[in-house]
Amino acid sequence: MAGDAKKFLYVNRKAPHGTIYALESLEVVLIGAAFEQKVALAFLDDGVFQLVKGQNTKEIGVKNFANTYRALGDYDVRELYVEAESLAERGLSAADLLEITHENDAGEDVSSLRIVDRAQMAKIMSGQDVILSF
Amino acid sequence: MSTLHTVNKSPFERNSLASCLGHCTAGDAVLLIEDGVVGARKGGSAAASLAKALAACKVYALAGDLAARGLRKDDLVEGVEPVDYAGFVDLAANHARTLSWL
Repeated sequence: MAGDAKKFLYVNRKAPHGTIYALESLEVVLIGAAFEQKVALAFLDDGVFQLVKGQNTKEIGVKNFANTYRALGDYDVRELYVEAESLAERGLSAADLLEITHENDAGEDVSSLRIVDRAQMAKIMSGQDVILSF
Repeated sequence: MSTLHTVNKSPFERNSLASCLGHCTAGDAVLLIEDGVVGARKGGSAAASLAKALAACKVYALAGDLAARGLRKDDLVEGVEPVDYAGFVDLAANHARTLSWL
């Protein structure tokens, strides 16, 4: 079965909370992972805001799902690609992002975030079987 | 194998087209649909970036969406090809994956 697994990339380009895209994406990712597909996530453009730490949605009355990204490792989602140019354009750096880890094959907790430049992101996109956009 | 990119937002409203063109690799195709077609008009501010992309990629625009917005083939950046719905299906079938820039 593992040999038949397709490579899925979920492309996230919208900031959280203003629209439903980010939350919907996360829910679909969790469903896809449960079907034992190879799942990776890409965060670019305003999508990088989804991973910013310190989000507090209490006053706007919507669910704060930011911490759910930290559970992705438990679903074997180990690859979260974040575009460096998108971060820089928004005054962000890797230090502003949530700590998201997974347990590697040696049993160590390692970061799931991979900061890549635009050209690398394009290459990652070209290597997928299926791309779902949010 | 190559990717079909679709863009359905006007470049005057969102950065979808700019981001798409920034992630295209040689041999990919870009199909403008819905409000995305308005970026294909020559003389517009997206024209230069489309012309640049045309050096390495194909660029198409959905004919029904062009017509609905009063755009004729002569109005388009040179090299942008109108396609009908059947052409859209062919493009999807002839590329390994489709990436929607929303």
